[in-house]
Amino acid sequence: MEKKTCLYDRHVALGALMSPFGGFIMPIQYTNITDEHNAVRQHCGVFDVSHMGEVRITGPDAERYVQHIFTNDVKDAPQGQIYYGMMCYPNGGTVDDLLVYKMGENDFFLVINAANIDKDVAWMQEQMPGFDINFEHQSDYYGELAIQGPEAEAVVEEVLGLPCKELKFYTSKTLDVADGDEGETIIISRTGYTGEDGFEVYGSHEFTQQAWDKLIESGRCKPCGLGCRDTLRFEVGLPLYGDELSADISPIMAGLGIFVKLDKEEFIGKDALAEQKANGVAQKLVGIELTDKAIPRHGYPVLTPEGETIGEVTTGYHCLSVDKSVCMALVKTEYAKLGTPLAIQIRKKVFPGVVVKKKFYDKHYKK
Amino acid sequence: MAQFIEGLLYSESHEYIRVEGEFGYIGISDYAQHALGNVVYVDMPEVDDEVTAGEEFGAVESVKAASDLISPVSGTVVEINEALEDEPELLNKDAFANWIIKVQLSDPSELDNLMDVEAYKKHCE
Repeated sequence: MEKKTCLYDRHVALGALMSPFGGFIMPIQYTNITDEHNAVRQHCGVFDVSHMGEVRITGPDAERYVQHIFTNDVKDAPQGQIYYGMMCYPNGGTVDDLLVYKMGENDFFLVINAANIDKDVAWMQEQMPGFDINFEHQSDYYGELAIQGPEAEAVVEEVLGLPCKELKFYTSKTLDVADGDEGETIIISRTGYTGEDGFEVYGSHEFTQQAWDKLIESGRCKPCGLGCRDTLRFEVGLPLYGDELSADISPIMAGLGIFVKLDKEEFIGKDALAEQKANGVAQKLVGIELTDKAIPRHGYPVLTPEGETIGEVTTGYHCLSVDKSVCMALVKTEYAKLGTPLAIQIRKKVFPGVVVKKKFYDKHYKK
Repeated sequence: MAQFIEGLLYSESHEYIRVEGEFGYIGISDYAQHALGNVVYVDMPEVDDEVTAGEEFGAVESVKAASDLISPVSGTVVEINEALEDEPELLNKDAFANWIIKVQLSDPSELDNLMDVEAYKKHCE
C-alpha cells in the first residue's frame, strides 16, 4: 500500500493523474507533461516532493560520522552550506545520492530518495557504532515543496513571504514562521532538480499545505508533477537513483567523480572508488543522440553499428527543450568516447546514434 | 470527453478500423489519444509489411511512455500515413481523421471479432 503525502487530497482535487512512485502515490501530471515542463523552464512551477526522506544527525561525532558515510567533503563547512554526494557500499556501488545540509556545528540535515528511505536508514544506522551521534529519522514530520523556474525567487518572496534573495546556490537557512498559535522553524534552500533557479522548502505538513494553497491560488506558479520533474532533470544531465546510479553503478561509472573526494581521509567505499578512478571502469554512463525521432527508453539495448550489444539505456526521451531524441546509457568503456557511432534497438528496429555529452540542455542556475 | 464514431470497428486495445471494400484504415481511438497525452512519435511499419490480427505492428509514444499498436486484422500494409512522421500530434488533434496504416485485408472474417461503437463505449467505461 503506497503512502500519501500531506498534499494528496489537493492533487486529487486538481485532477492530477496519480501513480505509485518510490512507495508513495504521487501526481505524475496535472494537465500535461509538456506544459508543466515549459512552465518551469520559462516561468515557475511547484512540485510536491514531500515523498523525499529526511534525517537529522547531531551530536559530538556528527561531522565525523557524515564524513564516514558520504563521498563529498563537509569538513569545516560554513553553516547553511549544502553538499551533493553519495553514500556508497565498500565495493563502490551506490546506496543513494543525497543532499547534506550543514545546519550548525555537528548538526547535519540529510535529504534522501523516497524509494530508498528504509534501505538508507537501515544502512546509516548500521554505520553508527563507534560514533557518538543522535540519529533522528524525520521523513514523517517534513513536507517539502520545490518551487522552480526563473520566476521562483519572486514567487517565494512575494507569494510565500519568505525572504530568499540573498541565498546563494546550494545554501540554506532556517526561518521562524507563524503557524497557528505556535510558530515553527522551516528550512529553505536554493536547490532543485530541474536545472533552473529555484528553492526547496521543508516544513510541517500544516505549513506545507498552507504554502501550497498560497502558491496555487496566486496563479503565478503551475502545479507540476513527477512526469516533468523527470524530463527536466534528464535534459540537464542530472542522475536519478535507480536509472543512472544503483548498487551496481558507482558514482565513478556515472561520471560523478567530482562529488567523490578521494583526498578525504576516509569514507565507506573510498578504496574501491579510488581504484576505479585510477584504473578505469568497465562501463561508463554516456549521452547518445539519435538521428531519428524514435525514443529510447530505460532498458533498451545499445548496440555497435555491427549489431553487438554493448550496453543499455538508463533514461531516454524526446527532449522537450531541444527537440531531439536523446538518452543516457551505460555502455562498455571502449565505446564511451564522444563521437562514437552506436545504435539503439527500439522494439524491432535499430536506430543509429552517436555518443554526445550527457547534458542535453544548459542549466540556468543563479549562482 | 472522448469522441466515439459510428461505422468504425474497435478493438479492446483501442485501435479502430474503417473498412472500405477490401481495405481497412487503422488508427487509434480518440479515447486512446486522450489517455496517452501528447503524442511525440509514431512508430509505423513499412509498405508491404505483413500485419497479423492481435499482434503488434508499431507504437505510439507519448512523452512518458511507448504504447504498442496492435493490429485488429491480418493483411498487408499498402500505405502508411506519412504526415504522422513529421506531425505525430495530429493524433491528438483528430485521431479518427488521422489513420496510421492502410491494410489490404487477408481475412475479412476477422472483423467479426471487433466491437461496434456501442460495445466499444461500454468497454471504455
